[in-house]
Amino acid sequence: MIEIKNIKKGFGPKTVINDVSAVFRTGKCNLIIGTSGSGKTVMMKCLVGLFEPDSGEIIYDGQNFSEMNEERRKELRQNIGMLFQGSALFDSQTVEQNVMFPLDMFTKKTYPEKLRRVNEVLERVNLKDANKKYPAEISGGMKKRVGIARAIVLNPKYLFCDEPNSGLDPQTSLLIDKLIKEITEEYNITTVVNTHDMNSVMEIGDHIMYMYQGVKEWEGSNKEIIFSKNKLLNDFIFASEFLQDAKDMRMLEAKGKIDNNRNMDELLK
Amino acid sequence: MNFFSEFGLYLITLKGMFSKPENGKMYWKEFMHQCADIGIGSLGIVAIISVFMGAVSTLQTAYQLVSPLIPLSTIAQIVRDTVILEFSPTLVCIVLAGVVGSKIASELGNMRVSEQIDALEIMGINTKAYLIMPKLLAAIFVIPMLIVISMVLSIWGGRVAGTATGILSAAAFDKGLHQYFKPYNVFFALAKSYTFAFIISSIPAYYGYNVQGGALEIGRASTRAVVVSCVLVLFADYILSAILL
Repeated sequence: MIEIKNIKKGFGPKTVINDVSAVFRTGKCNLIIGTSGSGKTVMMKCLVGLFEPDSGEIIYDGQNFSEMNEERRKELRQNIGMLFQGSALFDSQTVEQNVMFPLDMFTKKTYPEKLRRVNEVLERVNLKDANKKYPAEISGGMKKRVGIARAIVLNPKYLFCDEPNSGLDPQTSLLIDKLIKEITEEYNITTVVNTHDMNSVMEIGDHIMYMYQGVKEWEGSNKEIIFSKNKLLNDFIFASEFLQDAKDMRMLEAKGKIDNNRNMDELLK
Repeated sequence: MNFFSEFGLYLITLKGMFSKPENGKMYWKEFMHQCADIGIGSLGIVAIISVFMGAVSTLQTAYQLVSPLIPLSTIAQIVRDTVILEFSPTLVCIVLAGVVGSKIASELGNMRVSEQIDALEIMGINTKAYLIMPKLLAAIFVIPMLIVISMVLSIWGGRVAGTATGILSAAAFDKGLHQYFKPYNVFFALAKSYTFAFIISSIPAYYGYNVQGGALEIGRASTRAVVVSCVLVLFADYILSAILL
């Protein structure tokens, strides 16, 4: 579980995150959503220690990250896996070497043991026969999967995903979402996903935090988001007419006014 | 950014390199990789420059020494001393500032922009130590070797050019090479090459590591790294000459 308490972060005179508190639970996909510039990337960078918050606390399973020295942070970071927006794979290394890198750096395993683990995680992310390929030779979706494989190779307790679906087609996005969800539940990881992809919100959002101009505007689950009356959230989530219609349909369905299976033809008439 | 804040950030970047390696083997592997990259990777250009530098020095020295009172062997002596004292350490390092410096700056800059450095940080790796230190040590280890190779090749190039054009015989050249040879000059050249090696690796590493932005900024950082390195090499050249000679 990761707990954040009253996080504030600014750059010069501009406050980017203003007094945000939240709890990200273990075994759940915790989503941070918001428009561009709402502070979600800064929030994630604060969570993993790439940015130092101006004030507030970040607590990883009872350990206060903000008060840790560099050595303890290093230890904790070995329990953190992160998937970056652009995958952040090492260009000069093959897929296999990329995934093996954390094992090389932090374990004393023999090469066959490491290779076995690499193949195991690559298989888990449905990537076989790509071991010897370089990042430049694989597709965006494959890169994301390699990024996930590298992030989970050390069996982390915490997984952070920064816009895992950016630049991917809807089908591949769905696959990546499902993979993140499955891995979270399978390994009982605390997963925090930074996204503005509405499919992700609906598919994997066990716990969603909506940020608006650096402030936590709304919090809830993907079941609750449909019925939310928060105008800012609704404007963001159901920005298009299509999504607004979909929401209306779901609400009517929930109220028992329509049955998607039986009344559709009638409704369309 | 003014000079002092930039210099301060440079020192902070260098200071950040000193920490216990997470895994000595991986650091060693990276060091060897950088040695091969910087050393073997630059050997070709160093060889070409050196041979022609020596050859041209011989021809131009001969052109200027017109007095019949000066023995021809003096040409070899002058070529030897200019090559050892100045041409090999300084000119080769200026070329290496372009070759090695731009490579270091763009490599680190690209890693920064594509979040590879962030990925390493999140894994719990001291990125300054893992990415900069091996490059710096490799440069300090390999560049003086390149300079020694350059001295040998320059003198050989001068000898070949001198004999091929009939300016002086091989025997006269060899005789001149032994005249008034001061081993201290080699020490001076090596002192220069160690200093220059530090400059041409640390400055680009600083600019590359601290890139902010995108592809355009990587290019700018790379250019700036080479320009600043070259200027500092020339400045250090003057200071070292004033102190050590």
